[in-house]
Amino acid sequence: MNLILFTFIVLLGFTSYYFGRKKAYTIQSTKKRLTALPQFYGYYLAIWCAIPAFIIFSLWAIFEPTIVKLLILSDYSNQGYLDDELNLLYEKSKALSRGQFTGEITPFIEASAEKYLSLRSIAQSSKVVIVLSAIIASVAYAYKRISSNSRTREPVEKFLKAVLFTASLAAILTTVGIVFSLIFQTIDFFKVIPLFDFVFGTHWYPAKAFVRDSSEALDPTMYSDTFGAVPIFAGTFFIAFIAMCVAIPIGLMSGIYLAEYASTKVRQYAKPLIEILAGIPTVVYGFFAALTVGPFLKELGTSMGLEVSAESALAAGGVMGIMIIPFISSLSDDVITSVPQSLRDGSYAMGATKSETIKRVIFPAALPGIVGSILLGVSRAIGETMIVVMASGLAANLTLNPLESTSTITAQIVVILIGDQAFGDPKTQAAFALGMSLFLVTLCLNIVALRVVKKYREKYE
Amino acid sequence: MNKNKEQLLNKRYKAEQRFRLYGLSAIFMALLFLTIFIFKIFSTGYSAFQKTWLIVPVTFDAELMMLDQNPSKEDLQDADYYDIALKSMADLDPNANEDQENELKRMVSYFFEKEIKNELLNDPNLIGKTKEVYLTASDDLDQVFKGNYPRDLPEDQRRVSDYQLKIFDQLVANGKVESKFNISFFTNADSREAELAGIASSFMGSIFSILVCLMIAFPVAVLAAIYLEEFAPKNRFTDFIEVNINNLAAVPSIVFGLLGLGVLLAIFHLPRSTPLVGGITLSLMTLPTIIIAARASLKAVPPSIREAALAMGASRMQTTMHHTVPLSMPGTLSGTIIGLAQALGETAPLILIGMVAFVNTIPGSPMDPAASLPVQIYIWAESAERGFVEKVSACIMVLLGFLIIMNLFAQIIRHKFEKKWS
Repeated sequence: MNLILFTFIVLLGFTSYYFGRKKAYTIQSTKKRLTALPQFYGYYLAIWCAIPAFIIFSLWAIFEPTIVKLLILSDYSNQGYLDDELNLLYEKSKALSRGQFTGEITPFIEASAEKYLSLRSIAQSSKVVIVLSAIIASVAYAYKRISSNSRTREPVEKFLKAVLFTASLAAILTTVGIVFSLIFQTIDFFKVIPLFDFVFGTHWYPAKAFVRDSSEALDPTMYSDTFGAVPIFAGTFFIAFIAMCVAIPIGLMSGIYLAEYASTKVRQYAKPLIEILAGIPTVVYGFFAALTVGPFLKELGTSMGLEVSAESALAAGGVMGIMIIPFISSLSDDVITSVPQSLRDGSYAMGATKSETIKRVIFPAALPGIVGSILLGVSRAIGETMIVVMASGLAANLTLNPLESTSTITAQIVVILIGDQAFGDPKTQAAFALGMSLFLVTLCLNIVALRVVKKYREKYE
Repeated sequence: MNKNKEQLLNKRYKAEQRFRLYGLSAIFMALLFLTIFIFKIFSTGYSAFQKTWLIVPVTFDAELMMLDQNPSKEDLQDADYYDIALKSMADLDPNANEDQENELKRMVSYFFEKEIKNELLNDPNLIGKTKEVYLTASDDLDQVFKGNYPRDLPEDQRRVSDYQLKIFDQLVANGKVESKFNISFFTNADSREAELAGIASSFMGSIFSILVCLMIAFPVAVLAAIYLEEFAPKNRFTDFIEVNINNLAAVPSIVFGLLGLGVLLAIFHLPRSTPLVGGITLSLMTLPTIIIAARASLKAVPPSIREAALAMGASRMQTTMHHTVPLSMPGTLSGTIIGLAQALGETAPLILIGMVAFVNTIPGSPMDPAASLPVQIYIWAESAERGFVEKVSACIMVLLGFLIIMNLFAQIIRHKFEKKWS
């Protein structure tokens, strides 16, 4: 039904475009001067057709369900039902009206379902009537304006600009959405678990906080010593540290080599090949770490008499480091290439070798940019999920031994939220609190890194 | 003095060579990782494209199937195939006792009676006759045939018994075991049985998610890029938008998963586990990538084009829409494809919005529950059965194949259609 109406409105839009343009030609044929190209007359009319339709559709989508629900539940209002029961009743009658209801059908529900259907059909037909009359009215108004040959290009372009502007708000909306989705759950979480316990507690064991019956009162003592995030934070930074131990030397040296030594031919092939590493999905790295690197390290450790967990932090961190190599190598390559040639020439003229020039002149000059690229790499390592979920442990151990298993923020979020979640449960909220801390940490890293890189760029431009 | 200088010089040259070697070995290491990685995936995965079949003579005994004379199509549908299926497996070893008969049954897939049923439905004349039927081997025997199974383990540590191996070896010796291209890997949905599991459901899930992602992210991102590059005044608000975009590009993907869960599922009550929600989540993630690419390629259009259009009397909007945007399209499109390729490989946010549920039907629309290829990799990698290991690698090969195609496509668009401004 909605689809038919929508198609019809689109067709109406095209027709109004056609008539608008035709009107322009008629005006032209009377030797009057047009205020804009004929198609703008068409666009003008089409926009006046689209705007009311859009507004009414959105209003309906927002208010129709609430109003229908209110009307149906008003039947039960003085029978002493609880809110939850009313909601259930409403859902049941909705399901029944769609023929998807499987439970026991009581006369009450049946009556509600019928009422629901009739209300829906009233709502639908009134929507059709209102939309069509609004369109006709606004198109008629616009047509009159066209006929008097008033301006059309300016309003059309203003409208387009407004659309462009709205689209550019999407980025802000997404950020707002992220903060919004995280903050309420996080606040609820900290109502039950004191912030102090979360930030300084050393024992993380969310499985203890089993799903609670919603009628039971919250008992904070039940959760004490359950949500201490120190092991998680420590594990996150520890694995990121291992990753950077792999990624920084290899990434930086290959960046330097590509920028300063490599011939154009080597550069042409080596650079894209290294960048393939960045294009491989992380779940693939995770599989590789879990299936190949983990067991390999375990065997290697056993042969040397060390006890290595099959899900060691070393395996996860090492593979994560491989993933980050291309980020560091390409960014530092860019940074080094943009160091002005005059600095190099000056150093060579003093008799320095190439490596001395790189170490003493270029590297210090490029340092801010390189630090920026490393910070971006760290932020990536902290936010990386699948490798840790698959290759590192899921139990949060507070350890600094790379051969044992640890867990990270991201892995814990996945562990908690995989499967069904009950909103309002401290365990679920804990995941959002972890997400909030992850978001804040990476946000700080990103802002600092981007600022450093930007400043550096300005220095040499 | 002179000798000292020479020594110093030599030292410096050596340091130079060492430094150069470090750089070279760093690149070598990176490429070595890539090679090991790809080799490992291919060497474990290629065998999944083959499937092992046992050729077993089946007697279509009308009595055992509870069929009367001249059965109709419906009768054939409803007939009892379990007994003849069981019997034909038991007949592989006439001396088998009851336990061994059970083991014989477990040599083929769980759905072997269905395969026999299909054989008869294809050719109803088979009733009363005996025919050699291809039955899917169990995933363990499949691995044995491919040589991936540790046969020398003690019997109580493996799932294939010595007896099954003995019969299987006899079948191999008689040429009754065949390996054929594994079509069902591409046409089947996920299954708990490794030998029957396929990627069709997750593949369709991926396609739907990517389409939803494209339909949302592309228009919004392009419009936003046009505004920011061509119309936005330079003020605080525009700067704020820009900071937002740059930050979003570096926000960890799992945070977008939390956004999908906390807003799309909890507030808007969109259906869980569906490519629709997955696609919207991915589109928010891809948005900054496409905006950045589109802005870069708008910026690359030389000002002379704009000036020429403006000089001819075009308005700002006309200049942008008729000249700048079309000229920037190749760069924008290739950026879009690269963004979509990233979205295609994304796993964590999809897990959070529930696309990790076990789905054994092939989704027909973005509103049906589905997995996606990377999530399928995760699901299979987490399951213990040996048969899934090669499936994971094969699924990775399919996924990597798609990523390579998309990236090549992006390259081609960039090189073929992008104008070089000199």
